[in-house]
Amino acid sequence: MPKIKVENLTKIFGRQPQRALPYVKQGKTKQEILKETGLTLGVNQASFEVHAGEIFVIMGLSGSGKSTLVRLLNRLIEPTEGRILIDGTDIVSMNTEQLQQVRRKKLGMVFQKFALFPHRTVLENAAYGLEIQGIPKAEREAKAKASLALVGLAGWEASYPEQLSGGMQQRVGLARALANEPDVLLMDEAFSALDPLIRKDMQDELLELQSTMQKTIIFITHDLDEALKIGDRIALMKDGAIVQIGTPEEIMTNPANEYVERFVEDVDRSKVLSAENVMKRAETITLDKGPRVALQMMRDRGVSSLYVVDKKKTLLGVLTADAVSEAKEQGKSLESVLRTEVPKVGPQTLLNELFDLVAFSDIPVAVTGEQDRLLGVIVKGAVLGGLAGKVNQESSLAASEERQVDA
Amino acid sequence: MDQLFPKLPLDSWVETIVDGLDEHLGFLFDFISTCIGGMVDFFQLILTGLPFWVIIILLTLLAYRAGKLSIALFTFIGLLLIQNLGYWEHSMETLALVLTAGLISIIIGIPVGIWCAKSDSVQKVVTPLLDFMQTMPAFVYLIPAIFFFGLGKVPGVIASVIFAMPPTIRLTNLGIRQVPADLIEATEAFGSTYWQKLTKVQLPIAKTTIMAGINQSIMLALSMVVIASMIGAKGLGADVYRAVTQIKIGEGFEAGLAIVIMAILLDRITQGVGKRKKA
Repeated sequence: MPKIKVENLTKIFGRQPQRALPYVKQGKTKQEILKETGLTLGVNQASFEVHAGEIFVIMGLSGSGKSTLVRLLNRLIEPTEGRILIDGTDIVSMNTEQLQQVRRKKLGMVFQKFALFPHRTVLENAAYGLEIQGIPKAEREAKAKASLALVGLAGWEASYPEQLSGGMQQRVGLARALANEPDVLLMDEAFSALDPLIRKDMQDELLELQSTMQKTIIFITHDLDEALKIGDRIALMKDGAIVQIGTPEEIMTNPANEYVERFVEDVDRSKVLSAENVMKRAETITLDKGPRVALQMMRDRGVSSLYVVDKKKTLLGVLTADAVSEAKEQGKSLESVLRTEVPKVGPQTLLNELFDLVAFSDIPVAVTGEQDRLLGVIVKGAVLGGLAGKVNQESSLAASEERQVDA
Repeated sequence: MDQLFPKLPLDSWVETIVDGLDEHLGFLFDFISTCIGGMVDFFQLILTGLPFWVIIILLTLLAYRAGKLSIALFTFIGLLLIQNLGYWEHSMETLALVLTAGLISIIIGIPVGIWCAKSDSVQKVVTPLLDFMQTMPAFVYLIPAIFFFGLGKVPGVIASVIFAMPPTIRLTNLGIRQVPADLIEATEAFGSTYWQKLTKVQLPIAKTTIMAGINQSIMLALSMVVIASMIGAKGLGADVYRAVTQIKIGEGFEAGLAIVIMAILLDRITQGVGKRKKA
C-alpha cells in the first residue's frame, strides 16, 4: 500500500467553486476556466502515489500550483474535490478533531520562510508540536533537544530565531517538524530562501538524515537541479496539472512533452547523466584471434583500438592499432601486446566526474559493471553529445527497468 | 422656511427606547451599578487608604520596572508636587476611576477584538459601531448614563468605558490580523486547536499592538473621567470644572497640571509594560 495516495485532487479558488468542476472535467485549460467562470484553477485533478521512505519532489514554476498542492495534502487549503489517502485513510472526509490528530502525529511541515515563532526560543519552537499535544515539559524538551541535535543545532536551544542565520533558522524549522516524529514530511520550498552554498549543504544534510530516518518526504521546489539531486521521483506541474511523474533520469531522458523538454533544457546535464547514458557499444575481440583478424576488424569498424574480453565478457585489456601491427610484423601473439591498464568507470558515474578521464585518455574509456563485465565504452564525442541532449534511450530505459526490478 | 417633510421624531424615539430599557432592565442596571461602584470603591480604598508616601514609592517602583530611570524620577517628583499642591486625594479618586474604566475596557475590549479578528462579518458590524462611539461628542454619553445610573461615579465610569474602549478593540483586532500568515499556517499544520493558536501564537505576537491599544484606552479614559466630573464623578475634573465656572485661573492651572502629570505617568507606565520583556 502506498503511504500517500492522491486521487483526482482538484482545487478551485473563488466563490462557488463547484461551478467550475464540469469545465475541469471537460479538460478545459486554466485560462479558459478563468475566462468563462472567473474562478482560478489551483490544482487540476492531480493523482499520484508516494511510497514509504521515498523523497517525492513536486516541481514547477511559480503559479504552477505546487504550493497549493502540498497545502491540500494537510488541508491547510480545503480541496474542492478528490481524495487524499494517508495509510489508506481518506483525510478529506475527516472532521476537525480527526484532522488535528493526523496533523499532530503523521504530518510534519517545513516552510519556505521558516515560519518560526519569534517570541519563542529555539527549544520552545522545536517543542511546539509536542506542546500542543499536551506532552509534559520535561519529555517534550528532551525530544526537542534530540531533534535539534540531529540537525546540528545542539547548544542553540536558548537563542531566539532572530539571532540565527537563515540556514540555522531552517534547521530549527526542520527540527520542529522532526520532533513530532511524523511519518511524512511536507517541505514547501524549504531551501529556496537560502543562499546557494547553504542550500547545497542543507540538501546534502537532508539526504544524509533521510538515509537513517527513512521518512516519506514530499518536497516542493522550483529548482530543477534541486529536484534532480534529492528526488527519488519527480512530479512536474504546469497550470495546476501534473505533466509527468518519473525518476530524475526518466524526466531528463524522456520528457513527456515540449513543456518538460523546455524545462529540462537548461539543467546541467553533467550532474544528471551517467556513464551508461552516453556509452557506446564496445568493439571487442577475444584473445584466441590473431593479429591479422584484429587489424581487419579495426579497419572494418573504423576504430583504432579493440577491447579484449573473455567469453563471459570480463574485461581483460585493450589492443591499440599500433601494438597490433607491431605484433603482426614481429610475429608475436596478441596477448604479448595486450595493454591491461585500462581507464574504466562504473555505469553510474556522473558525466561531470568523467571529463578529465575522457579528455586525457588516448583510447575510449571502458564502462564496466559487476565483476569487470564490459558494458560499453565512452568516446569524447559521446560525452559532448550527452551534454547536448543526445542520450541512449535503450540503455537508460534498461537501467531504470533494472532498478524497478531491484525495488 | 418650511420643511419639505415633517421633522423625524428621532429624539422622542430615543427617549422611548431609553425609557423602555429602564423599565424592563432596571435590575440589570442596578447590578452593573453595584459592580462598578464596588470596583471604584475598592481602588479608592487602596489608593487613599494607604499613606501617600507608600503610594508614591510603589508607583515609582512600578515606573522603574516598566520603563527607564528618568520615568521613575518623573513619577516621584510629579506625585510629590501633586501632594504638595494639595490635590492628592482628588488625584487618587481620578486614578481609581481611570483604573476601573480602563480595566473594564480591557475585559470587554480584548475578547471583542479577538472575535473581530476571527470573523470578518463581526468586524464589519463592530467597526462602524466603534466609529460611532468615538465620533459622538463625549458629553452625549453622559445623558443616558445619568438616566440609567443616576449621578456620581458609576455613570462617569460607564461613559468613560464607552468612550475609551474602541482603541483596545481596534488594535487587538489589528494585532491579531497582522500576525504573518505563514506563522498561522505553521500553527495549524502542527494540529493546533483554535484556542492553542490564539494563546500560544496570536496573542503573544500581537501583544505590543494590543498594549498600544490599552495605552490609548487608558488615556481616553482619563480625558473622559475629567469630563465626567460634570455629572458628579469626583476627582481632579471637579476641581477644573469649579475653577472654570468661578474663573479661578490659578486653581485651574494647578488642577490642570495635576491632570497632565497623571496623564504622562499613566502613558509612560502602560507603554513601558508593552515594550518590556523583549531582551
